Amino acid sequence: MGLRGKDLIEVRGLEPAEIELILDTAESMKEIASRAIKKVPTLRGKTVVNLFLEPSTRTRTSFEIAGKWLSADVVNVSGSASSVVKGETLMDTAKNLEAMSPDCVVIRHAMAGAPHMLARALRAAIINAGDGAHEHPTQALLDLLTIREKKGHLDGLKAAIVGDIAHSRVARSNIYGMRKMGMTVTVAGPPTLIPPGVEELGVKVAHRLEEAIRDVDVVMMLRLQQERMQAALIPSLREYARLWGLTLDRLAAAREDVLIMHPGPVNRGVELAPEVADSRYSVILDQVANGVAVRMALLYLLIGGKPAEAGA
Amino acid sequence: MSAREKAQVLDEPGIDRALTRIAHEILERSEGTPGLALVGIRTRGVSLARRIAEKLEAIEGVKVPVGTLDITLYRDDLGDLAEQPVLRETEIPFPVTGRTVVLVDDVLYTGRTIRAALDAIMDLGRPRQIQLAVLIDRGHRELPIRPDYVGKNLPTARRETVQVLLREHDGTDRVVIQEPAP
Repeated sequence: MGLRGKDLIEVRGLEPAEIELILDTAESMKEIASRAIKKVPTLRGKTVVNLFLEPSTRTRTSFEIAGKWLSADVVNVSGSASSVVKGETLMDTAKNLEAMSPDCVVIRHAMAGAPHMLARALRAAIINAGDGAHEHPTQALLDLLTIREKKGHLDGLKAAIVGDIAHSRVARSNIYGMRKMGMTVTVAGPPTLIPPGVEELGVKVAHRLEEAIRDVDVVMMLRLQQERMQAALIPSLREYARLWGLTLDRLAAAREDVLIMHPGPVNRGVELAPEVADSRYSVILDQVANGVAVRMALLYLLIGGKPAEAGA
Repeated sequence: MSAREKAQVLDEPGIDRALTRIAHEILERSEGTPGLALVGIRTRGVSLARRIAEKLEAIEGVKVPVGTLDITLYRDDLGDLAEQPVLRETEIPFPVTGRTVVLVDDVLYTGRTIRAALDAIMDLGRPRQIQLAVLIDRGHRELPIRPDYVGKNLPTARRETVQVLLREHDGTDRVVIQEPAP
């Protein structure tokens, strides 16, 4: 059994059974990280291009390690060091890369829909590593893997996602993924950062942090993007931290076995107090370790098997 | 393609006797259990390895460690299979370096699974020796690989398939040859 599509663009289009397959495969990949020699020959002779046209350390490194542990040749192209700065269009960049016959192109782009456009134009498998405010599917999958690993299951769990819901592709991918896997989701944040009509995604909205985190199994804190302040969506960082920052005091309202998650990079003292980020509730570093496993699983599932038939 | 059963080649006592004999042969060859480890190849090789370990314990009173190997990531035919194999976990909870590792599988056929298993084991360390135990050797090797312990040699035609059914997975213990339905 495999995935239905040639690409991974969004969690929204995945079947629960496909998510299950990705998580199971990732769990089996984790063993490789514990070896002295971290390499298996599975993707020998395959080429993965990391096309990162937005800054990223964690996700790009994670994809690069995932590809290398599976023996693929991994090439990194970053925005500032590419012909993009010379004015080449995304489509031209992609067509030129395609002429070098990569098997997979991992793309991060500031515009929602960029991976979708590449997926239609290129034969290579496209993995979305974050596109604008649309989706960040590999982040949601590694989050689901981390939750399943810690709690033993996903079905029936309750999660709260707190912060800038409106601009967060992490939130969107997680909402789709969690709902598909039978979890209930509450989102919370300043009203300016909660998109109107978000309830249509099957989530509840809470207007206070304490209300959101009471009785949930998972609290996912989102990074506050500083540019939101310039856009006058929040009055000040200090006020945001006071109303929406998770501190140890506030955490008292949550369950004793709650998991604290964050997609990184953390603004310590803004959305997350340092003593919470480093507490025993925090699984932030497990998320990072699981990120490599999830990306290995996706590379294996998308380009490890029989090449897709032309036109399929 | 549907298949029909042509013959039963081993029944429950037959499988048990073959495994008992293999356990004795392993002990004889290795002169006891120190440094010995069994590694079963998923899926049915794992159950067979556990059964051999139980027999070794019954004979010598010593627990021999058992590991589980998934060879999916080492296959040479991933690009040709219509159905992509599902990856399962490899669990070898002991260092293989310096040990005598006995690989255990249900059916030895082309030898390609064993080639993959040898590569996989050697990525985990440097065993002193690797041996191979199989319940059925059905011939038709495509690589220079031979078993050290064989439950039963079974001459077959390529169009036939050999199915090892074990109670852990199939609720029954028997080995059958199947041929394509006419």
